[in-house]
Amino acid sequence: MENKEFLADRIRTMEYHLNMGPQHPATHGVMRMILTLDGEEIKDVEPVLGYIHRSIEKMCERDTYKQIIHLTDRLDYLSAHMNGEAVALLVEKALGIEVSDRIRVIRTMIAELTRIASHLLWWGVMGMDTGALTTFMYAFRDREMINDIFEETCGARLTMNYNVIGGVRYDLHENFQKRVKEFIKHMKKKLPEFDRLLSDNVIFRKRTEGVGYISKEDAIAHGLNGPTGRGSGFSCDIRKIHPYSAYDMVEFDEILLNGGDSFSRYKVRILEMWESLRILEQLVDKIPEGEYRMKTKAVIKLPVGEHLQRVETARGDFGVYVISDGGKTPYRLKFRSPGFANLHGLNAMTKGEKIADLVVNFSTIDVVVPDIDR
Amino acid sequence: MITLTIITDWLMKYMSADAAFYTELVIVAAIYLAVFAIFGLFLVWMERRVAGFFQLRLGPNRVGPMGLLQTIADALKLVTKELTGTKKADSYLYRLAPYFVIVTALMSMAVLPFSAELQAFDINIGLFFIASVSSVGVIGIFLAGWASNNKYSLIGGMRTGIQMISYELSVGMVIVTMATLAGSLRMSEIVELQKDGWFIFSGHISAIIAFALFMIAGTAESNRTPFDLVEAESELGAGFHTEYSGMNFAYYFLAEFINMFIISAVAVVIFFGGWLSPFGITDSIPYMGVFWFMLKTLFIIFLMMWFRWTFPRLRIDQLLTLEWKYLIPINMVNIVLMALLVWLGLTF
Amino acid sequence: MSYIGDVIQGTKTLLTGMNVTGKYFFKNLFTRKDVITVEYPDNIDTLKMFDRFKGEVVMYHDENNHHRCDACTLCELACPNGSIEIIWDKETDPETGKSKKVLVNHIYHLEMCTMCGLCIEACPSDAIMWGQDFHHTTTDRANLTKSLNRPGSSVIPNYVKPKK
Repeated sequence: MENKEFLADRIRTMEYHLNMGPQHPATHGVMRMILTLDGEEIKDVEPVLGYIHRSIEKMCERDTYKQIIHLTDRLDYLSAHMNGEAVALLVEKALGIEVSDRIRVIRTMIAELTRIASHLLWWGVMGMDTGALTTFMYAFRDREMINDIFEETCGARLTMNYNVIGGVRYDLHENFQKRVKEFIKHMKKKLPEFDRLLSDNVIFRKRTEGVGYISKEDAIAHGLNGPTGRGSGFSCDIRKIHPYSAYDMVEFDEILLNGGDSFSRYKVRILEMWESLRILEQLVDKIPEGEYRMKTKAVIKLPVGEHLQRVETARGDFGVYVISDGGKTPYRLKFRSPGFANLHGLNAMTKGEKIADLVVNFSTIDVVVPDIDR
Repeated sequence: MITLTIITDWLMKYMSADAAFYTELVIVAAIYLAVFAIFGLFLVWMERRVAGFFQLRLGPNRVGPMGLLQTIADALKLVTKELTGTKKADSYLYRLAPYFVIVTALMSMAVLPFSAELQAFDINIGLFFIASVSSVGVIGIFLAGWASNNKYSLIGGMRTGIQMISYELSVGMVIVTMATLAGSLRMSEIVELQKDGWFIFSGHISAIIAFALFMIAGTAESNRTPFDLVEAESELGAGFHTEYSGMNFAYYFLAEFINMFIISAVAVVIFFGGWLSPFGITDSIPYMGVFWFMLKTLFIIFLMMWFRWTFPRLRIDQLLTLEWKYLIPINMVNIVLMALLVWLGLTF
Repeated sequence: MSYIGDVIQGTKTLLTGMNVTGKYFFKNLFTRKDVITVEYPDNIDTLKMFDRFKGEVVMYHDENNHHRCDACTLCELACPNGSIEIIWDKETDPETGKSKKVLVNHIYHLEMCTMCGLCIEACPSDAIMWGQDFHHTTTDRANLTKSLNRPGSSVIPNYVKPKK
């Protein structure tokens, strides 16, 4: 027996560094991760950011408040509308502008459609990362319907720039209600099909259940938010905590699951898509009449001081923080990006697991790198 | 033992018996090489079209009628590419590695019975020959992973080695099961014995279980999803052939498709009656067997493509768990079951 | 016994998944009904974009080659990143005797435009509007610096913007 221990001590293994570099098919954007590996086991993950930094916050110091909104589309481009909504709500609250009910309902409906589009793309990419390559095309087929709705009303498919200070840019197109109703009916048939293709698949379950576990206390300590945090039982939905726009006019549940592993985070997003459909159903027939754009002054100046607005994007808790000195442009503007906090949970989730698990965990965090680097 | 007697007779007119024999070998080898290349190109086109229909889109349909010449365009591109290599790569092993997979694939193709008259090499251990030759192909992948001097390739090569060695066992055991039912390892004899009924019907339960196990193990042998973490594009770039480009890459690419063809052909021979037509309708027409053989093989290849575009992929430890804890015990029970069925005469 | 139960349950989920993709395959193989590919260059004659589609910024010209831009430069001030440059000239108006601005060249840098639409909203005389053309690819970057007013055009005299 003594000889056995000797032999194991004499074989020396070494930890090595592997670079999942900026150009990589699995990282959703330009991000670099330095992995420290021992054989196939991961000892440490260190993300290196900054490859897509475009100094948006600095550009916002030069632009007037009306011009800031077109830059927010490019932060987290999958929830483009909700970013612009945050800035518009901040300015309206600071100036005391009361928007009509019609504006609030329009903003909420487009926000929920954006949320469904973002989660659909996430689902398609998650399937692709685990190896089921057809899910990508199925998700994009459904996303096309949403893009058509956006193009008809707002003029563009992704970076819509539809919010303005005081309302929305154009009134709803006359086909909007019909298209949204068709879309709801279509999605209600397709979501169970997605479950049959991916969620119930025994291979997928084995890949995601028990992988990337993070407890509720750790989740709060790392600052995970959005669906990533709700998968560990941390109640952090801004739509419930600080309601804005039309979220106090509708009934919907906050999805909280206690599993803490990748499958829980996956399931939270699928159930959130059902909740978004429920919100859309409640609002589509009851769009109130009214103005779609309130009158504002030509030159907008915020009162001196600090202002904050938080919204719930598809990734989590997005915040806009403005320090104003009374002038036409902000003195300092900061975007609090949800992905930045979520990414820090990656190291805690992946200690001691394999490279394939890293890809799955990274997929369930749903990171969009321009959101982190701004 | 070449059964292409027409060519032999024609050549005997012009040269002595020995020279005719060797010339015939060279001609048959050239024909198989051509079939290998053309069939590989056809399979790539089929994969892309089938993938398109699964994914709600059209595949390539512009180059040539229905896009059939698309792969020739791709092949031209690959042939004209520069053959890169890393600086500190072990250049002898690096260049030797692709030839292992190509040569073993060609050797396996030689024993397949395309029809009663067309079979290049009809030895009495045909099935065993295929199993043993495909084991040699693993060396090519190991060499590629090691000689590229690249961490990603090394990880990919190691994973493949483990995977292919493990699943060889399952494939071998299924071959033993069906050889028990047939009583012989010679390919042409197995097909002749199925004239009264294909083995998948005459071996009922045991043969159906064996077929399911063979499909799983065969998909793993040819490194296709759900077992393709060798080339898991989402994870490690391109696995063991990251550093290969141009013609070298084309060798691996073609070899994967030809491996798929060989696995399907073996499945057709031992389960579905080889070149026999259903209910024996056209058995008397010579050379008609080729059509039925190809049709059945293409169906099994379609089944493997269906797997690829539906399922996510398995992690390396789950893959090995599947093999050692599930496939091998079920396989062993199946061998005993099949032996019992044959001994008690319960087969149809 | 849960071993066999696991195997059978697993196989059932795999077959359900194959059923989902298989249905799409056979429908597409025989009827092409579910194919969502838009065969783009072939359908260019019948392609019609939505009304509000933001392709590029164009200037309205009527049939006499008149435009409505009076060089007030409000669009240049509204643009966040300087994609518009107005070159204007002062001219004496023959009727009133006052000097007013006249447009010489309305330069539009398509390569920098983010399609935000602030210039179109800021224009007080409805001079510029959205165009629907999206074929902007070119091999020379100089082609992307466009001049929105056509050569030889002049401003509509005494244009009054209709009240909404």
